[in-house]
Amino acid sequence: MPADFISNLYLFILAGFVGFEVIKRVSPLLHTPLMSLTNALDAIVVVAAIIIAGRHETVLSTTLGAIAVAASFSNMVGGFFITDRMLRMFKTGRPQK
Amino acid sequence: MTSLGTQQFLDFAFIAAVALFILALRWLSSPVTARRGVLAGEIGAALAVGATLLNPELVQYRWIVIALIIGAGVGIPLGMVHMTAVPQRTALSHAFGALSAAMIGIAEYYVGVPHVTRFEMGEISLEVIIGSLTFTGSLIAAGKLQEVLPQRPITYPGQNFVSLSALSAALLIAIALTVNPNQTILFPIMVGVALIFGVLLVTPIGGADMPTVISLLNSYAGFSAALLGFVLNSKVLIVAGALDGSSGFILSVIMCKAMNRSFTNVMFGAFGQVQASAAATTEARTVRSASPEEAAAILAAASAVVIVPGYGMAVAQAQHKVRELYDVLTKKGVDVKFGIHPVAGRMPGHMNVLLAEADIPYDRLLEMDDINSELPQTDVALIIGANDVTNPAARTDPSSPIYGMPILDVDKARTVMVIKRSMSPGFAGIDNPLYYLDKTLMLFGDAKAFVGDIVRELSGGSH
Repeated sequence: MPADFISNLYLFILAGFVGFEVIKRVSPLLHTPLMSLTNALDAIVVVAAIIIAGRHETVLSTTLGAIAVAASFSNMVGGFFITDRMLRMFKTGRPQK
Repeated sequence: MTSLGTQQFLDFAFIAAVALFILALRWLSSPVTARRGVLAGEIGAALAVGATLLNPELVQYRWIVIALIIGAGVGIPLGMVHMTAVPQRTALSHAFGALSAAMIGIAEYYVGVPHVTRFEMGEISLEVIIGSLTFTGSLIAAGKLQEVLPQRPITYPGQNFVSLSALSAALLIAIALTVNPNQTILFPIMVGVALIFGVLLVTPIGGADMPTVISLLNSYAGFSAALLGFVLNSKVLIVAGALDGSSGFILSVIMCKAMNRSFTNVMFGAFGQVQASAAATTEARTVRSASPEEAAAILAAASAVVIVPGYGMAVAQAQHKVRELYDVLTKKGVDVKFGIHPVAGRMPGHMNVLLAEADIPYDRLLEMDDINSELPQTDVALIIGANDVTNPAARTDPSSPIYGMPILDVDKARTVMVIKRSMSPGFAGIDNPLYYLDKTLMLFGDAKAFVGDIVRELSGGSH
Protein backbone atom coordinates (compact mmCIF):
# COMPACT_ATOMS: atom_id res chain seq x y z
CA MET A 1 0.00 0.00 0.00
CA PRO A 2 1.64 3.27 -1.10
CA ALA A 3 2.43 5.79 1.64
CA ASP A 4 0.53 8.50 -0.25
CA PHE A 5 -2.64 6.46 0.03
CA ILE A 6 -2.80 6.88 3.79
CA SER A 7 -2.31 10.64 3.73
CA ASN A 8 -4.85 10.88 0.89
CA LEU A 9 -7.31 8.88 2.95
CA TYR A 10 -6.87 11.29 5.87
CA LEU A 11 -7.52 14.17 3.51
CA PHE A 12 -10.61 12.49 2.04
CA ILE A 13 -12.11 11.80 5.47
CA LEU A 14 -11.44 15.35 6.68
CA ALA A 15 -12.79 16.92 3.48
CA GLY A 16 -15.88 14.71 3.70
CA PHE A 17 -16.60 15.93 7.23
CA VAL A 18 -15.93 19.57 6.32
CA GLY A 19 -18.31 19.12 3.38
CA PHE A 20 -20.95 17.60 5.63
CA GLU A 21 -20.72 20.42 8.19
CA VAL A 22 -20.72 23.20 5.60
CA ILE A 23 -23.41 21.77 3.36
CA LYS A 24 -25.91 20.89 6.06
CA ARG A 25 -26.06 24.63 6.80
CA VAL A 26 -27.16 25.46 3.25
CA SER A 27 -30.80 26.51 3.27
CA PRO A 28 -33.19 24.19 1.35
CA LEU A 29 -34.11 27.36 -0.53
CA LEU A 30 -30.75 27.08 -2.31
CA HIS A 31 -30.53 23.33 -2.89
CA THR A 32 -30.68 23.69 -6.69
CA PRO A 33 -27.85 26.27 -6.82
CA LEU A 34 -25.95 24.09 -4.33
CA MET A 35 -26.07 21.21 -6.75
CA SER A 36 -24.92 23.29 -9.71
CA LEU A 37 -22.15 24.93 -7.68
CA THR A 38 -20.75 21.66 -6.33
CA ASN A 39 -20.94 20.36 -9.88
CA ALA A 40 -18.83 23.29 -11.08
CA LEU A 41 -16.32 22.74 -8.25
CA ASP A 42 -16.18 19.03 -9.05
CA ALA A 43 -15.27 20.00 -12.63
CA ILE A 44 -11.80 20.69 -11.21
CA VAL A 45 -11.02 17.24 -12.67
CA VAL A 46 -10.25 19.37 -15.72
CA VAL A 47 -6.77 19.89 -14.24
CA ALA A 48 -6.10 16.15 -14.41
CA ALA A 49 -7.58 16.00 -17.90
CA ILE A 50 -5.31 18.83 -19.08
CA ILE A 51 -2.25 16.91 -17.89
CA ILE A 52 -3.36 13.71 -19.68
CA ALA A 53 -4.16 15.57 -22.90
CA GLY A 54 -0.99 17.69 -22.82
CA ARG A 55 1.56 15.02 -21.89
CA HIS A 56 0.92 13.56 -25.33
CA GLU A 57 1.92 9.99 -24.48
CA THR A 58 -0.26 7.98 -26.84
CA VAL A 59 -2.94 8.88 -29.34
CA LEU A 60 -5.49 7.11 -27.12
CA SER A 61 -4.51 8.96 -23.94
CA THR A 62 -4.50 12.33 -25.72
CA THR A 63 -7.95 11.62 -27.21
CA LEU A 64 -9.44 10.48 -23.90
CA GLY A 65 -7.79 13.42 -22.15
CA ALA A 66 -9.19 15.90 -24.67
CA ILE A 67 -12.72 14.47 -24.29
CA ALA A 68 -12.32 14.76 -20.52
CA VAL A 69 -11.10 18.37 -20.83
CA ALA A 70 -14.12 19.32 -22.95
CA ALA A 71 -16.63 17.51 -20.70
CA SER A 72 -15.32 18.90 -17.42
CA PHE A 73 -14.63 22.39 -18.70
CA SER A 74 -18.20 22.63 -19.98
CA ASN A 75 -19.34 21.74 -16.45
CA MET A 76 -17.05 24.32 -14.94
CA VAL A 77 -18.13 27.17 -17.23
CA GLY A 78 -21.81 26.20 -17.35
CA GLY A 79 -21.99 25.36 -13.64
CA PHE A 80 -20.66 28.69 -12.39
CA PHE A 81 -22.66 30.57 -14.97
CA ILE A 82 -26.04 29.03 -14.15
CA THR A 83 -25.42 29.14 -10.39
CA ASP A 84 -24.82 32.87 -10.56
CA ARG A 85 -27.87 33.32 -12.81
CA MET A 86 -30.05 31.49 -10.30
CA LEU A 87 -28.70 33.34 -7.30
CA ARG A 88 -29.30 36.70 -8.96
CA MET A 89 -33.00 35.76 -9.08
CA PHE A 90 -33.27 35.28 -5.33
CA LYS A 91 -34.46 38.66 -4.14
CA THR A 92 -35.84 39.64 -0.83
CA GLY A 93 -38.52 42.26 -0.79
CA ARG A 94 -41.23 43.58 1.35
CA PRO A 95 -44.56 43.01 -0.37
CA GLN A 96 -45.80 46.20 -2.04
CA LYS A 97 -48.61 47.84 -0.14
CA MET B 1 15.71 24.32 -9.19
CA THR B 2 13.26 26.01 -11.54
CA SER B 3 11.09 22.90 -11.77
CA LEU B 4 11.02 22.69 -7.98
CA GLY B 5 9.87 26.32 -7.86
CA THR B 6 7.14 25.58 -10.40
CA GLN B 7 6.01 22.55 -8.43
CA GLN B 8 5.68 24.64 -5.28
CA PHE B 9 3.77 27.30 -7.14
CA LEU B 10 1.38 24.62 -8.43
CA ASP B 11 0.93 23.23 -4.92
CA PHE B 12 0.14 26.63 -3.44
CA ALA B 13 -2.30 27.42 -6.23
CA PHE B 14 -4.13 24.16 -5.50
CA ILE B 15 -4.16 24.77 -1.75
CA ALA B 16 -5.63 28.23 -2.34
CA ALA B 17 -8.23 26.68 -4.67
CA VAL B 18 -9.25 24.16 -2.02
CA ALA B 19 -9.68 26.90 0.60
CA LEU B 20 -11.74 28.98 -1.82
CA PHE B 21 -13.95 25.97 -2.66
CA ILE B 22 -14.78 25.47 1.01
CA LEU B 23 -15.50 29.18 1.42
CA ALA B 24 -17.72 29.04 -1.67
CA LEU B 25 -19.92 26.40 -0.06
CA ARG B 26 -19.79 28.18 3.29
CA TRP B 27 -21.14 31.39 1.73
CA LEU B 28 -23.91 29.48 0.01
CA SER B 29 -25.58 29.08 3.40
CA SER B 30 -27.53 32.30 2.88
CA PRO B 31 -28.94 34.00 -0.23
CA VAL B 32 -27.28 37.22 0.96
CA THR B 33 -23.72 35.90 0.67
CA ALA B 34 -24.30 33.19 -1.94
CA ARG B 35 -23.10 35.15 -4.97
CA ARG B 36 -19.84 35.87 -3.18
CA GLY B 37 -19.53 32.09 -2.88
CA VAL B 38 -19.78 31.68 -6.65
CA LEU B 39 -17.05 34.27 -7.10
CA ALA B 40 -14.80 32.45 -4.61
CA GLY B 41 -15.37 29.20 -6.51
CA GLU B 42 -14.59 30.87 -9.81
CA ILE B 43 -11.34 32.36 -8.51
CA GLY B 44 -10.33 29.00 -7.05
CA ALA B 45 -11.07 27.18 -10.29
CA ALA B 46 -9.28 29.81 -12.39
CA LEU B 47 -6.19 29.58 -10.13
CA ALA B 48 -6.09 25.81 -10.38
CA VAL B 49 -6.62 25.72 -14.15
CA GLY B 50 -4.15 28.58 -14.75
CA ALA B 51 -1.47 26.91 -12.64
CA THR B 52 -2.03 23.59 -14.41
CA LEU B 53 -1.53 25.19 -17.81
CA LEU B 54 1.95 26.25 -16.61
CA ASN B 55 2.84 22.67 -15.62
CA PRO B 56 6.16 21.74 -17.31
CA GLU B 57 4.86 18.20 -17.96
CA LEU B 58 2.70 19.61 -20.75
CA VAL B 59 4.39 19.23 -24.09
CA GLN B 60 1.55 19.90 -26.48
CA TYR B 61 -1.19 22.45 -26.08
CA ARG B 62 -3.12 22.04 -29.31
CA TRP B 63 -5.68 19.49 -28.09
CA ILE B 64 -6.02 21.19 -24.74
CA VAL B 65 -6.94 24.48 -26.37
CA ILE B 66 -9.35 22.84 -28.83
CA ALA B 67 -11.01 20.88 -26.00
CA LEU B 68 -11.28 23.99 -23.79
CA ILE B 69 -12.98 25.87 -26.64
CA ILE B 70 -15.42 23.00 -27.24
CA GLY B 71 -16.06 22.76 -23.50
CA ALA B 72 -16.85 26.46 -23.25
CA GLY B 73 -18.97 26.21 -26.39
CA VAL B 74 -21.09 23.47 -24.81
CA GLY B 75 -21.01 24.85 -21.27
CA ILE B 76 -22.19 28.40 -21.95
CA PRO B 77 -25.47 27.42 -23.70
CA LEU B 78 -26.04 24.83 -20.94
CA GLY B 79 -25.64 27.62 -18.42
CA MET B 80 -28.29 29.67 -20.20
CA VAL B 81 -31.16 27.16 -20.18
CA HIS B 82 -34.58 28.14 -18.89
CA MET B 83 -35.19 27.45 -15.19
CA THR B 84 -37.76 24.73 -15.97
CA ALA B 85 -34.95 22.83 -17.75
CA VAL B 86 -32.56 22.99 -14.79
CA PRO B 87 -33.21 19.38 -13.64
CA GLN B 88 -32.22 17.88 -16.99
CA ARG B 89 -29.26 20.25 -17.28
CA THR B 90 -28.12 19.11 -13.85
CA ALA B 91 -28.46 15.43 -14.79
CA LEU B 92 -26.49 16.11 -17.97
CA SER B 93 -23.74 17.84 -16.00
CA HIS B 94 -23.47 14.81 -13.70
CA ALA B 95 -23.06 12.75 -16.88
CA PHE B 96 -20.27 15.03 -18.14
CA GLY B 97 -18.48 15.01 -14.79
CA ALA B 98 -18.62 11.23 -14.60
CA LEU B 99 -17.58 10.88 -18.25
CA SER B 100 -14.56 13.03 -17.60
CA ALA B 101 -13.53 11.02 -14.52
CA ALA B 102 -14.02 7.71 -16.35
CA MET B 103 -12.02 8.86 -19.41
CA ILE B 104 -9.06 9.91 -17.25
CA GLY B 105 -9.14 6.60 -15.37
CA ILE B 106 -9.21 4.67 -18.65
CA ALA B 107 -6.32 6.74 -20.04
CA GLU B 108 -4.31 6.12 -16.84
CA TYR B 109 -4.75 2.37 -17.27
CA TYR B 110 -3.63 2.25 -20.88
CA VAL B 111 -0.70 4.60 -20.29
CA GLY B 112 0.42 2.67 -17.21
CA VAL B 113 -0.01 -0.93 -18.39
CA PRO B 114 2.04 -3.18 -18.09
CA HIS B 115 3.46 -1.33 -15.08
CA VAL B 116 0.20 -0.90 -13.21
CA THR B 117 0.45 -2.32 -9.69
CA ARG B 118 -2.37 -4.38 -8.17
CA PHE B 119 -3.18 -1.60 -5.75
CA GLU B 120 -3.41 0.99 -8.53
CA MET B 121 -5.50 -1.43 -10.58
CA GLY B 122 -7.99 -1.80 -7.74
CA GLU B 123 -8.34 1.98 -7.48
CA ILE B 124 -8.62 2.48 -11.24
CA SER B 125 -11.22 -0.29 -11.61
CA LEU B 126 -13.44 1.09 -8.87
CA GLU B 127 -13.11 4.62 -10.19
CA VAL B 128 -13.87 3.63 -13.78
CA ILE B 129 -16.87 1.49 -12.76
CA ILE B 130 -18.45 4.29 -10.73
CA GLY B 131 -17.65 6.88 -13.40
CA SER B 132 -19.09 4.75 -16.20
CA LEU B 133 -22.33 3.78 -14.46
CA THR B 134 -22.87 7.38 -13.36
CA PHE B 135 -22.33 8.54 -16.95
CA THR B 136 -25.03 6.33 -18.51
CA GLY B 137 -27.31 6.53 -15.47
CA SER B 138 -27.23 10.33 -15.61
CA LEU B 139 -27.87 10.31 -19.36
CA ILE B 140 -30.99 8.17 -18.80
CA ALA B 141 -32.11 10.51 -16.00
CA ALA B 142 -31.61 13.53 -18.27
CA GLY B 143 -33.55 11.77 -21.04
CA LYS B 144 -36.46 11.09 -18.70
CA LEU B 145 -36.47 14.66 -17.43
CA GLN B 146 -36.36 16.05 -20.96
CA GLU B 147 -39.16 13.58 -21.77
CA VAL B 148 -37.16 12.04 -24.58
CA LEU B 149 -37.64 8.83 -22.59
CA PRO B 150 -40.89 7.89 -20.82
CA GLN B 151 -41.10 9.21 -17.25
CA ARG B 152 -43.12 6.23 -16.05
CA PRO B 153 -41.03 3.51 -14.46
CA ILE B 154 -40.05 0.91 -17.09
CA THR B 155 -40.10 -2.49 -15.47
CA TYR B 156 -39.95 -6.14 -16.50
CA PRO B 157 -39.90 -9.39 -14.52
CA GLY B 158 -36.54 -10.28 -13.01
CA GLN B 159 -35.29 -6.73 -13.40
CA ASN B 160 -33.48 -6.51 -10.11
CA PHE B 161 -31.82 -9.85 -10.78
CA VAL B 162 -30.54 -8.68 -14.17
CA SER B 163 -29.31 -5.36 -12.77
CA LEU B 164 -27.52 -6.91 -9.83
CA SER B 165 -25.96 -9.54 -12.10
CA ALA B 166 -24.51 -6.78 -14.26
CA LEU B 167 -23.07 -5.03 -11.21
CA SER B 168 -21.64 -8.30 -9.88
CA ALA B 169 -20.10 -9.06 -13.29
CA ALA B 170 -18.39 -5.66 -13.38
CA LEU B 171 -17.05 -6.14 -9.85
CA LEU B 172 -15.84 -9.69 -10.59
CA ILE B 173 -13.95 -8.46 -13.65
CA ALA B 174 -12.47 -5.69 -11.49
CA ILE B 175 -11.24 -8.33 -9.02
CA ALA B 176 -9.77 -10.43 -11.84
CA LEU B 177 -7.97 -7.35 -13.17
CA THR B 178 -6.67 -6.50 -9.72
CA VAL B 179 -5.21 -9.99 -9.42
CA ASN B 180 -3.53 -9.59 -12.79
CA PRO B 181 -3.62 -6.02 -14.17
CA ASN B 182 -2.15 -7.09 -17.53
CA GLN B 183 -5.31 -8.79 -18.79
CA THR B 184 -5.97 -5.90 -21.14
CA ILE B 185 -8.93 -7.65 -22.85
CA LEU B 186 -10.90 -7.61 -19.60
CA PHE B 187 -10.67 -3.85 -19.12
CA PRO B 188 -13.00 -2.72 -21.94
CA ILE B 189 -15.46 -5.49 -20.98
CA MET B 190 -15.56 -4.12 -17.44
CA VAL B 191 -16.20 -0.60 -18.74
CA GLY B 192 -18.96 -1.89 -21.06
CA VAL B 193 -20.72 -3.83 -18.31
CA ALA B 194 -20.55 -0.80 -15.98
CA LEU B 195 -22.06 1.38 -18.71
CA ILE B 196 -24.92 -1.11 -19.15
CA PHE B 197 -25.46 -1.28 -15.40
CA GLY B 198 -25.94 2.51 -15.30
CA VAL B 199 -28.76 2.20 -17.86
CA LEU B 200 -30.37 -0.70 -15.97
CA LEU B 201 -30.12 1.20 -12.68
CA VAL B 202 -32.03 4.32 -13.71
CA THR B 203 -34.47 3.03 -16.38
CA PRO B 204 -36.93 1.53 -13.86
CA ILE B 205 -37.12 4.70 -11.76
CA GLY B 206 -40.14 6.99 -12.19
CA GLY B 207 -40.18 10.75 -12.61
CA ALA B 208 -41.47 11.41 -9.10
CA ASP B 209 -38.33 9.78 -7.65
CA MET B 210 -36.02 11.98 -9.70
CA PRO B 211 -35.07 14.33 -6.81
CA THR B 212 -33.49 11.36 -5.00
CA VAL B 213 -31.93 9.85 -8.11
CA ILE B 214 -30.39 13.10 -9.24
CA SER B 215 -28.93 13.62 -5.75
CA LEU B 216 -27.52 10.09 -5.69
CA LEU B 217 -25.97 10.56 -9.13
CA ASN B 218 -24.53 13.85 -7.86
CA SER B 219 -22.94 11.94 -5.01
CA TYR B 220 -21.54 9.21 -7.32
CA ALA B 221 -20.09 11.82 -9.68
CA GLY B 222 -18.36 13.48 -6.72
CA PHE B 223 -16.99 10.26 -5.29
CA SER B 224 -15.71 9.15 -8.70
CA ALA B 225 -13.73 12.41 -8.87
CA ALA B 226 -12.38 11.79 -5.36
CA LEU B 227 -11.36 8.24 -6.32
CA LEU B 228 -9.64 9.67 -9.37
CA GLY B 229 -7.74 11.90 -6.93
CA PHE B 230 -6.49 8.72 -5.21
CA VAL B 231 -5.47 7.21 -8.55
CA LEU B 232 -3.56 10.32 -9.63
CA ASN B 233 -2.43 11.28 -6.11
CA SER B 234 -4.09 14.67 -6.67
CA LYS B 235 -5.19 16.30 -3.43
CA VAL B 236 -7.31 18.99 -5.05
CA LEU B 237 -9.42 16.28 -6.73
CA ILE B 238 -9.81 14.39 -3.47
CA VAL B 239 -11.09 17.48 -1.67
CA ALA B 240 -13.37 18.72 -4.48
CA GLY B 241 -14.71 15.19 -5.01
CA ALA B 242 -15.32 14.68 -1.29
CA LEU B 243 -17.19 18.01 -1.07
CA ASP B 244 -19.35 17.20 -4.10
CA GLY B 245 -19.88 13.61 -2.97
CA SER B 246 -20.94 14.57 0.53
CA SER B 247 -23.22 17.29 -0.82
CA GLY B 248 -25.00 14.79 -3.09
CA PHE B 249 -25.17 12.32 -0.23
CA ILE B 250 -26.74 14.83 2.19
CA LEU B 251 -29.30 15.83 -0.44
CA SER B 252 -30.14 12.16 -1.11
CA VAL B 253 -30.73 11.59 2.59
CA ILE B 254 -32.96 14.68 2.80
CA MET B 255 -34.96 13.55 -0.26
CA CYS B 256 -35.36 10.02 1.07
CA LYS B 257 -36.55 11.31 4.45
CA ALA B 258 -39.01 13.64 2.72
CA MET B 259 -40.52 10.61 0.99
CA ASN B 260 -40.18 8.30 3.99
CA ARG B 261 -38.31 5.80 1.84
CA SER B 262 -34.91 4.13 1.90
CA PHE B 263 -32.24 4.24 -0.82
CA THR B 264 -32.85 0.60 -1.69
CA ASN B 265 -36.57 1.27 -1.99
CA VAL B 266 -35.98 4.12 -4.43
CA MET B 267 -33.42 2.23 -6.49
CA PHE B 268 -35.15 -1.14 -6.56
CA GLY B 269 -38.74 -0.43 -5.60
CA ALA B 270 -40.11 0.85 -8.96
CA PHE B 271 -42.89 2.88 -7.39
CA GLY B 272 -45.72 3.90 -9.63
CA GLN B 273 -48.12 1.14 -10.51
CA VAL B 274 -51.71 2.39 -10.28
CA GLN B 275 -53.43 1.12 -7.17
CA ALA B 276 -56.35 -1.13 -8.09
CA SER B 277 -58.08 -0.59 -4.74
CA ALA B 278 -57.77 3.18 -4.96
CA ALA B 279 -59.33 3.24 -8.42
CA ALA B 280 -62.31 1.22 -7.21
CA THR B 281 -63.29 3.63 -4.44
CA THR B 282 -63.10 6.79 -6.56
CA GLU B 283 -66.45 6.48 -8.29
CA ALA B 284 -68.45 6.31 -5.07
CA ARG B 285 -67.31 9.72 -3.84
CA THR B 286 -68.18 13.13 -5.13
CA VAL B 287 -66.11 16.24 -5.43
CA ARG B 288 -67.10 19.89 -5.45
CA SER B 289 -65.74 22.03 -8.21
CA ALA B 290 -65.64 25.80 -8.64
CA SER B 291 -65.23 28.35 -11.41
CA PRO B 292 -62.46 30.99 -11.60
CA GLU B 293 -65.03 33.61 -10.47
CA GLU B 294 -65.91 31.64 -7.34
CA ALA B 295 -62.24 30.92 -6.61
CA ALA B 296 -61.39 34.61 -7.01
CA ALA B 297 -64.16 35.62 -4.62
CA ILE B 298 -62.95 33.19 -1.95
CA LEU B 299 -59.34 34.34 -2.34
CA ALA B 300 -60.33 38.01 -2.18
CA ALA B 301 -62.20 37.41 1.08
CA ALA B 302 -59.27 35.60 2.70
CA SER B 303 -56.69 37.23 4.94
CA ALA B 304 -54.06 34.47 4.77
CA VAL B 305 -53.39 32.32 1.71
CA VAL B 306 -50.79 29.58 1.29
CA ILE B 307 -49.92 28.49 -2.23
CA VAL B 308 -48.48 24.98 -2.63
CA PRO B 309 -46.71 24.54 -5.97
CA GLY B 310 -45.66 21.22 -7.47
CA TYR B 311 -44.27 19.74 -10.64
CA GLY B 312 -47.56 20.50 -12.44
CA MET B 313 -46.85 24.22 -12.06
CA ALA B 314 -43.50 23.74 -13.77
CA VAL B 315 -45.03 21.66 -16.58
CA ALA B 316 -47.74 24.27 -17.21
CA GLN B 317 -45.12 27.09 -17.00
CA ALA B 318 -47.54 28.77 -14.62
CA GLN B 319 -44.98 30.43 -12.31
CA HIS B 320 -45.33 33.88 -13.89
CA LYS B 321 -49.13 33.79 -13.63
CA VAL B 322 -48.69 32.68 -10.02
CA ARG B 323 -46.56 35.75 -9.46
CA GLU B 324 -49.38 37.94 -10.86
CA LEU B 325 -51.77 36.24 -8.47
CA TYR B 326 -49.33 36.90 -5.63
CA ASP B 327 -49.14 40.58 -6.63
CA VAL B 328 -52.87 41.17 -6.95
CA LEU B 329 -53.65 39.41 -3.65
CA THR B 330 -50.83 41.19 -1.82
CA LYS B 331 -52.16 44.50 -3.15
CA LYS B 332 -55.54 43.63 -1.64
CA GLY B 333 -53.86 43.13 1.73
CA VAL B 334 -53.95 39.33 1.66
CA ASP B 335 -50.95 37.65 3.28
CA VAL B 336 -49.62 35.20 0.68
CA LYS B 337 -46.98 32.60 1.46
CA PHE B 338 -45.70 29.57 -0.41
CA GLY B 339 -45.34 26.12 1.11
CA ILE B 340 -42.48 24.18 -0.46
CA HIS B 341 -42.19 20.44 0.08
CA PRO B 342 -38.60 19.14 -0.17
CA VAL B 343 -39.49 16.76 -3.03
CA ALA B 344 -41.81 19.09 -4.93
CA GLY B 345 -40.59 19.18 -8.52
CA ARG B 346 -37.90 17.13 -10.14
CA MET B 347 -34.81 18.06 -8.14
CA PRO B 348 -33.97 19.47 -4.70
CA GLY B 349 -34.94 23.14 -4.51
CA HIS B 350 -36.62 23.12 -7.95
CA MET B 351 -39.73 25.09 -6.87
CA ASN B 352 -37.68 27.79 -5.12
CA VAL B 353 -35.69 28.48 -8.27
CA LEU B 354 -38.82 28.65 -10.44
CA LEU B 355 -40.59 31.04 -8.05
CA ALA B 356 -37.45 33.16 -7.62
CA GLU B 357 -37.24 33.39 -11.40
CA ALA B 358 -40.79 34.73 -11.39
CA ASP B 359 -39.61 37.45 -8.96
CA ILE B 360 -41.37 36.18 -5.88
CA PRO B 361 -39.33 37.32 -2.83
CA TYR B 362 -37.60 34.35 -1.23
CA ASP B 363 -38.73 35.30 2.27
CA ARG B 364 -42.24 34.27 1.12
CA LEU B 365 -41.04 30.71 0.35
CA LEU B 366 -41.43 28.58 3.46
CA GLU B 367 -40.15 25.11 4.20
CA MET B 368 -42.49 22.29 5.16
CA ASP B 369 -42.14 22.53 8.94
CA ASP B 370 -42.57 26.31 8.99
CA ILE B 371 -45.63 26.31 6.77
CA ASN B 372 -47.25 23.41 8.61
CA SER B 373 -47.36 25.44 11.80
CA GLU B 374 -49.17 28.21 9.89
CA LEU B 375 -51.65 26.14 7.91
CA PRO B 376 -54.23 25.78 10.74
CA GLN B 377 -54.56 29.60 10.77
CA THR B 378 -54.72 29.81 6.99
CA ASP B 379 -57.95 30.71 5.20
CA VAL B 380 -57.16 29.22 1.82
CA ALA B 381 -54.58 26.66 0.73
CA LEU B 382 -54.24 26.81 -3.04
CA ILE B 383 -52.55 23.76 -4.54
CA ILE B 384 -51.09 24.17 -8.01
CA GLY B 385 -49.82 21.01 -9.65
CA ALA B 386 -48.87 19.20 -6.45
CA ASN B 387 -50.51 15.94 -5.41
CA ASP B 388 -48.80 13.31 -3.26
CA VAL B 389 -47.06 15.88 -1.04
CA THR B 390 -50.51 17.08 0.10
CA ASN B 391 -52.13 13.65 0.51
CA PRO B 392 -53.54 13.30 4.05
CA ALA B 393 -53.56 9.50 3.60
CA ALA B 394 -49.83 9.74 4.39
CA ARG B 395 -50.86 10.66 7.95
CA THR B 396 -53.97 8.57 8.40
CA ASP B 397 -54.07 5.49 6.18
CA PRO B 398 -51.51 2.80 7.07
CA SER B 399 -52.40 0.89 3.88
CA SER B 400 -51.41 3.78 1.64
CA PRO B 401 -48.10 3.36 -0.20
CA ILE B 402 -47.06 6.81 0.98
CA TYR B 403 -48.07 6.25 4.63
CA GLY B 404 -45.55 7.92 6.93
CA MET B 405 -44.30 10.40 4.33
CA PRO B 406 -44.13 13.92 5.79
CA ILE B 407 -46.68 16.08 3.96
CA LEU B 408 -47.90 19.66 3.85
CA ASP B 409 -50.98 19.68 6.08
CA VAL B 410 -53.15 21.64 3.65
CA ASP B 411 -56.27 19.85 4.90
CA LYS B 412 -55.92 21.92 8.11
CA ALA B 413 -56.58 25.17 6.25
CA ARG B 414 -60.18 26.46 6.31
CA THR B 415 -60.65 26.05 2.57
CA VAL B 416 -58.60 23.97 0.17
CA MET B 417 -58.51 24.70 -3.56
CA VAL B 418 -56.80 22.35 -5.97
CA ILE B 419 -55.99 23.28 -9.55
CA LYS B 420 -55.86 20.04 -11.50
CA ARG B 421 -56.49 18.95 -15.08
CA SER B 422 -58.82 16.10 -14.17
CA MET B 423 -59.53 13.58 -11.43
CA SER B 424 -56.95 11.11 -12.79
CA PRO B 425 -54.58 9.90 -10.07
CA GLY B 426 -51.22 11.65 -9.82
CA PHE B 427 -47.88 10.47 -10.95
CA ALA B 428 -47.50 7.73 -8.40
CA GLY B 429 -51.07 6.60 -9.14
CA ILE B 430 -52.19 7.09 -5.55
CA ASP B 431 -55.70 8.36 -4.86
CA ASN B 432 -55.83 11.55 -2.79
CA PRO B 433 -58.65 11.72 -0.20
CA LEU B 434 -58.02 15.46 0.08
CA TYR B 435 -60.11 15.96 -3.06
CA TYR B 436 -63.26 14.52 -1.45
CA LEU B 437 -63.24 16.67 1.68
CA ASP B 438 -66.18 19.05 2.20
CA LYS B 439 -63.78 22.00 2.47
CA THR B 440 -62.11 21.18 -0.82
CA LEU B 441 -62.93 22.86 -4.12
CA MET B 442 -61.53 21.37 -7.30
CA LEU B 443 -60.54 23.89 -9.94
CA PHE B 444 -60.40 21.88 -13.14
CA GLY B 445 -58.20 23.21 -15.92
CA ASP B 446 -54.73 24.06 -17.05
CA ALA B 447 -52.77 25.66 -14.19
CA LYS B 448 -51.54 28.63 -16.21
CA ALA B 449 -54.93 29.39 -17.79
CA PHE B 450 -56.84 28.93 -14.53
CA VAL B 451 -54.54 31.14 -12.48
CA GLY B 452 -54.71 33.70 -15.30
CA ASP B 453 -58.53 33.66 -15.11
CA ILE B 454 -58.47 34.15 -11.33
CA VAL B 455 -56.04 37.08 -11.72
CA ARG B 456 -58.28 38.70 -14.36
CA GLU B 457 -61.29 38.27 -12.10
CA LEU B 458 -59.47 39.75 -9.10
CA SER B 459 -58.04 42.76 -10.92
CA GLY B 460 -61.34 43.45 -12.71
CA GLY B 461 -63.35 43.27 -9.51
CA SER B 462 -61.23 45.72 -7.51
CA HIS B 463 -63.11 48.99 -6.82
